[in-house]
Amino acid sequence: MNTQDQVIAILAEQAMVAPADVTPDSTLEGLGIDSMGAVEVIFAIEETFDIAVPFNANTPSEAGFDISKVSSIVAGVERLRAEQG
Amino acid sequence: MKRVVITGAGTVNALGLSVPETLAAMREGVCGIRPLAFRDVERLSIRIGAQVQGFDADARYTRGELALYDPFTQFTLSAAREAIAQSGLTFAGDLADRAGVVLGTAGGGISTGDDSYRAVYAEGKNRVHPFVVPKLMNSAAASHVSMTWNLRGPSFTVSTACASSNHAMGQAFSMIRSGMAPVMITGGAESMLCFGGVKAWEGLRVMSADACRPFSANRNGMVQGEGAGVFVFEDYDYAKARGAEILCEVVGFAMTSDASDIVMPSQDGAARAMRGALADAGIDREDVGYINAHGTGTAANDRVECAAVTEVFGDHAKDLLISSTKSMHGHIIGGTGAVELLACIMALRDGVVAPTIGYEAPDPDCALDVVPNVARDARPEVALSNAFAFGGMNAVLALRRA
Repeated sequence: MNTQDQVIAILAEQAMVAPADVTPDSTLEGLGIDSMGAVEVIFAIEETFDIAVPFNANTPSEAGFDISKVSSIVAGVERLRAEQG
Repeated sequence: MKRVVITGAGTVNALGLSVPETLAAMREGVCGIRPLAFRDVERLSIRIGAQVQGFDADARYTRGELALYDPFTQFTLSAAREAIAQSGLTFAGDLADRAGVVLGTAGGGISTGDDSYRAVYAEGKNRVHPFVVPKLMNSAAASHVSMTWNLRGPSFTVSTACASSNHAMGQAFSMIRSGMAPVMITGGAESMLCFGGVKAWEGLRVMSADACRPFSANRNGMVQGEGAGVFVFEDYDYAKARGAEILCEVVGFAMTSDASDIVMPSQDGAARAMRGALADAGIDREDVGYINAHGTGTAANDRVECAAVTEVFGDHAKDLLISSTKSMHGHIIGGTGAVELLACIMALRDGVVAPTIGYEAPDPDCALDVVPNVARDARPEVALSNAFAFGGMNAVLALRRA
């Protein structure tokens, strides 16, 4: 699985939908993932990719890691893997 | 002052996953103590306990709920569902705004903490699940009960070690009596049966490695259990007006502090608590037909408790029945008084006094009628439920037949 497929699998699991229903343009909000769910998604991303994601729920837009939609999460994961790998 | 009655009861414990199952087991003198089954148990010197059996958490709760529910919360919510269903209450409008939850627990989410420590210390992980804090906090179970049933009035958690649920139920009683709330969901839960939980208890050297034998001359310690007991406490007039079935009445409550030792019990503290509950209820000691003992099965507790009962009840101490159901469901620590209240309800409502099982030899220091091994038919008018905690915090409830 490439990074995008893995991210989609994590989000689909969290949203309890089929991976086929998650696209690069899907947003967390659109998938029905609330702020608590988002924290679980970040935990799963850290575990899966063995990276530390800089994210503070108080200031999500300042995190340097855009979790608003699938494509931005994938880009963030690939950047962190390059930096932290 | 308002009168207070119990209109619903629920439980999960080693004897059963409901009140009818639990009472049937108590009548039959079933022992819920078995070999412990959990990770790393082979590294313990104490390997028995009264674990809940057949509780399928995955069938009862969604995955999202389980991410937030430690076992002590899972047990509480199942017990609360049974109790609230029996009461027939639904919470909306003014009732919802005034009804609340007060529960007891000593340790809260012990296994959640244990799993997280294992991950970061033993397994070298650098992160734990994001919901560790809301899952392990002592008030989590009370919060989830309030959220699940829309209880919007006063809610909190009481923690007084082995007396936690009696202190909690005493608060619920006082709140309804004073008019602060018409209905309170109350009781308590504990889930310490995990490696770290039992390992900590081993250190005190008060646990039995083979059986719980309260009041028996050959007793050699306590055995831990787990589970929850939850009740609907209700203003008598409110219950009457809606035609609710009344399981029994709560008539008195007292709490005392030994102010002496962090683990050793005190005859004076226990006696003052029992005497206080009788005075609060305005009943004569001769009216008490049954005492559900704290009865842990330790050398010290059972000797001191029997001496306190003799001090308070005088000649009547020989006539009343006193039993320890911990011999069957184990010591459920912060939830134990709640599960034991079921034995009081059975005595008052059904006329059956639960036995003290595992009784093998009389102890002259415990020369009372401890209902050895076999349940007894009796018609007590009033029952007491004793809880005497580490740290000398004592709480006794008095209940009367409906």
